[in-house]
Amino acid sequence: MRYLPLTDTDRSAMLDVVGAPSIEALFSDVPESARLPGLIEGLPLHASEMAVERHMQRLSDRNIAAGSAPFFLGAGAYRHHVPSSVDHLIQRGEFLTAYTPYQPEIAQGTLQMLFEFQSQVARLLECEVANASMYDGSTACWEAVVMARRITKRGKSLISAGLHPHYVSTINTMAGFTGDVIDYTAPVLDAAADDEALIASIDDETSCVVVQYPDILGRLPDLAAIAEAAHSKGALLIAVVTEPVALGAIKSPGELGADIVVGEGQSLGVGLQFGGPYLGLFATREKYLRQMPGRLCGQTTDAEGKRGFVLTLSTREQHIRREKATSNICTNSGLCALAFSIHMTLLGEAGLRALAAENHRLACLAADRLGAVPGVELVNTSFFNEFTLKLSGNASAAVKALADRQILAGVSLGRLYPDAPDIGGGLIVAVTETTTLEDIEALAAGLQEVLA
Amino acid sequence: MKVNPTGWNPTMPEEIANDAGAPLTTITGNRGLMLEEALIFEIGTTETTGVDLPAPAAGAPNRLGGLDRAESFGLPGLSEPETVRHYTRLSRQNYAIDCGIFPLGSCTMKHNPRLNEKVARMPGFGDVHPLQPESTVQGALAVIDELAEWLVTLTGMDAVAMSPKAGAHGELCGILCIRAALEARGDPREVVLVPESAHGTNPATAAFAGYRVEGIPATAEGRVDFEALKARLGPDVAAVMITNPNTCGLFERDMKAISDAVHAAGAFVYCDGANFNAIVGRVRPGDLGVDAMHINLHKTFSTPHGGGGPGSGPVVLSAALAPYAPLPFTVKQADGTISLIEEADVADHLPGSFGRMSAFSGQMGMFTRALAYILSHGADGLRQVSGDAVLNANYMLRSLEDLLDAPFGASGPCMHEALFSDASFAKGVSTLDVAKGLIDEGFHPMTMYFPLVVHGAMLIEPTECESKATLDQFIAAFRGIVERANAGDLGLTQAPLLAPRRRMDEATAARKPRLAWSPEAAA
Amino acid sequence: MTRYFTEEHEWIEVEGDTATIGITDYAQGQLGDLVFAEVPKPGTSLAKGGDAAVVESVKAASDVYSPVTGTVTEGNPAIEEDPALINSDAEGEGWFFKLTIADPAELDGLMDEAAYKEYVAGLD
Repeated sequence: MRYLPLTDTDRSAMLDVVGAPSIEALFSDVPESARLPGLIEGLPLHASEMAVERHMQRLSDRNIAAGSAPFFLGAGAYRHHVPSSVDHLIQRGEFLTAYTPYQPEIAQGTLQMLFEFQSQVARLLECEVANASMYDGSTACWEAVVMARRITKRGKSLISAGLHPHYVSTINTMAGFTGDVIDYTAPVLDAAADDEALIASIDDETSCVVVQYPDILGRLPDLAAIAEAAHSKGALLIAVVTEPVALGAIKSPGELGADIVVGEGQSLGVGLQFGGPYLGLFATREKYLRQMPGRLCGQTTDAEGKRGFVLTLSTREQHIRREKATSNICTNSGLCALAFSIHMTLLGEAGLRALAAENHRLACLAADRLGAVPGVELVNTSFFNEFTLKLSGNASAAVKALADRQILAGVSLGRLYPDAPDIGGGLIVAVTETTTLEDIEALAAGLQEVLA
Repeated sequence: MKVNPTGWNPTMPEEIANDAGAPLTTITGNRGLMLEEALIFEIGTTETTGVDLPAPAAGAPNRLGGLDRAESFGLPGLSEPETVRHYTRLSRQNYAIDCGIFPLGSCTMKHNPRLNEKVARMPGFGDVHPLQPESTVQGALAVIDELAEWLVTLTGMDAVAMSPKAGAHGELCGILCIRAALEARGDPREVVLVPESAHGTNPATAAFAGYRVEGIPATAEGRVDFEALKARLGPDVAAVMITNPNTCGLFERDMKAISDAVHAAGAFVYCDGANFNAIVGRVRPGDLGVDAMHINLHKTFSTPHGGGGPGSGPVVLSAALAPYAPLPFTVKQADGTISLIEEADVADHLPGSFGRMSAFSGQMGMFTRALAYILSHGADGLRQVSGDAVLNANYMLRSLEDLLDAPFGASGPCMHEALFSDASFAKGVSTLDVAKGLIDEGFHPMTMYFPLVVHGAMLIEPTECESKATLDQFIAAFRGIVERANAGDLGLTQAPLLAPRRRMDEATAARKPRLAWSPEAAA
Repeated sequence: MTRYFTEEHEWIEVEGDTATIGITDYAQGQLGDLVFAEVPKPGTSLAKGGDAAVVESVKAASDVYSPVTGTVTEGNPAIEEDPALINSDAEGEGWFFKLTIADPAELDGLMDEAAYKEYVAGLD
């Protein structure tokens, strides 16, 4: 077996030192009834690297990769071009195969990277502090709701209609066990988010208002007004960003008054990967630092006075605080944070702005072209790189029919909101720098065909 | 108050003794191949970029609703060569499995095969969107289904929830299944019992799910006190969380009897699967009466730790808990195609599901790697994995126990990790000092100060991936350091002297947190 | 003024019906460099043996228990501002909080300084 270095000679020499007759004898504490005498039945035996690669390649070939077809899916996961150096660098063994930096003297590479990551995220979101990342955007969002409850000591969360429905489901699942009251209704296909209705629902019991920006339909809610209204009632504004590239074009949630900003960092550096692993972004005001979940990296000096970095404020965390911890999270999305940070470093502010501008330019072109297809209506008045179309027919059926034509058309609202048939004509379309004019034409032609 | 039962008390060297090696100063701060690297904020500018993109056209259409981000936000950029060099230089300040043995107990730092990386990057896995139509992702769904089948078979359980994103997330999944099952039978309970030697995630998870946590004592030989546990069971206990093999490196001999007693009291058994590597292919938790167990794919099944994540924590479930598993999950249809069951169809397939724990379907990038690893080993290779892992740990235990206190050394063979205490060290030398001494010898230290039940704990898990020659080198170095510790050589309190950094001032880091770069703080 | 000690390493100095409470020098030494402290707000009702304050080193978080039942009259902002004060003067300037004692009889079970010294000597 190619991954196991011990030889039979080694094994018998080691058994002599241990004083056991066989490896099986080392398992004598396992009750005999639970010890399997031989191999588990029905499972294949070991396989060569070539055989495994061939098997996996066959499975891979049964999927349509985003890069091999006109592709317009977004709704919380975005396809951007990732520079080659990103993947090269994250595969350096010293990053890839290191553990959590518990011994800072020999983990400064990971620690400095995390410090840079936190600094980049704080600047991007315009918050005072960011942590070293969470599992993904949806779990970060739930943790933010829990954190708001710890800060405000209130148990009612107001969720905007524009929050990704999977995020809403995640919050609902957890709230079912913690007794939080969740106030949410599914969106309607209006040109703009109904900020006024949301604001009217904030009251003295509200712990937090959760608003996605841009929202699930691609619209841009008025965060500043919502923040002001929330603060006037003693509630916190949690802003959710599922497409961080947008912040190269639009004002940051921090600037607009959000108290906690969470996000999905997947779109920079990480790739689609069928949903994971992704990268939860989490940032807030310094005064809420001790209520924040997750790992934090901080700057300090060593015994010679040299600058260095350590994991810090870990008494908030489960391995020390146990049942009183701010969260049970025991990891961060380290390698994804590295990919995000490298991609962000390659872009810089100038590059991120150019990337965002290119996304917006192509999205505007696509919105106009697709909105002109008979039976298709553009819903949004404002958007960044994602917008919603209202089709004359059922959008889920259209998506299926287009997939049969090798066009990955977008995400239908029927898939996301199975209980809201009245918005079943909605199709969320994302356009990035990877989208070509030919792709847009292909989708326009395809839509025209399947809606005819 | 309870004062620091573990003895963990980070200290800074009193002064840098000259004979211990006054720091060699150079103009650059570099020491040969040990290279200093500034922060990107100090070397980059907001105008520099390493990506070629069209310049934004003036007068281009703008539908941003008047929200244009006008002000600079100070994100530095680097050109590609600068970027490659920055991260390469940073990487060289890290220890990693690729550099040598990484014997962190309870972490299972095994080799990360590069085939896994290749497979995860195949376009059909790496470049598919989680919301693509089912017909376009049959191969990806097949990976989930195939891995799920392996996990269920290897553990002897009934079902598996694949979506949890890490071990602790899996724990939460298991506890939520238990809560849902209890609520479904109209018997909500309040207490979860957790041994004092458990990972901190166990009590944190139970508390997060709304339970009160109570401890279970251990016996003198390092196992769960079955009599005490039995005495505590009652109608208020929802679950018992047990790590098996436990964090003292021992197999819980009474596991089956414990499960039977817990079930008889109407409660469920949650098993922390962190240490599954010790028994994979030899013992099925299902045969021990376990109701739920998470599997850390990054431990037992070799997905890379990546400097602290991402993980992946599928949870295997008993027949009693399977009806409450979270969304989404895969179902194989009669025609051989695989469906992803989400909110729209859950009522037809699993009406008791407790719901969704996160967006999308779990850590696909980890599933592909884990499946490649499992297929590479097969049933025979996996059995050899646990055998060699346990042999390596016992070899370590017996090669060190004449010098070090092994509190449970007489309790039988250890499983895949060997546990020692600081009892033999002379006054003034701590577990921390020994760990730092190992760094100077070029090794990553063992886990220190865990489990909490042993003072100055040192938990060594070599894994099956280390050769006898590597183990012998490590043992020789470790013995040398322990001899110094036992003799009271205070020079160890200066260690490490030869790493990229000396001991870090963690107290100042926590008192005055500096968590992001700012120009004022740069000095 | 009389000073008492608990087995949990709190000290309590009693003057009339008010008491000042802190952690002992032995406790601060065991905890190491302290980096955070949180003291109760005036008006908080505390039960004997219940959680009263929090103190943290880099690697440990400890709850400080109230040695007696009572109502908090004052917390020490100086240790929240500078937790190192607890390290440098645990049994003086590093006090945690003051309270009004509800039941002086609860003091009866506590140790005096000599008894505490003996108790600590037995721990090493």
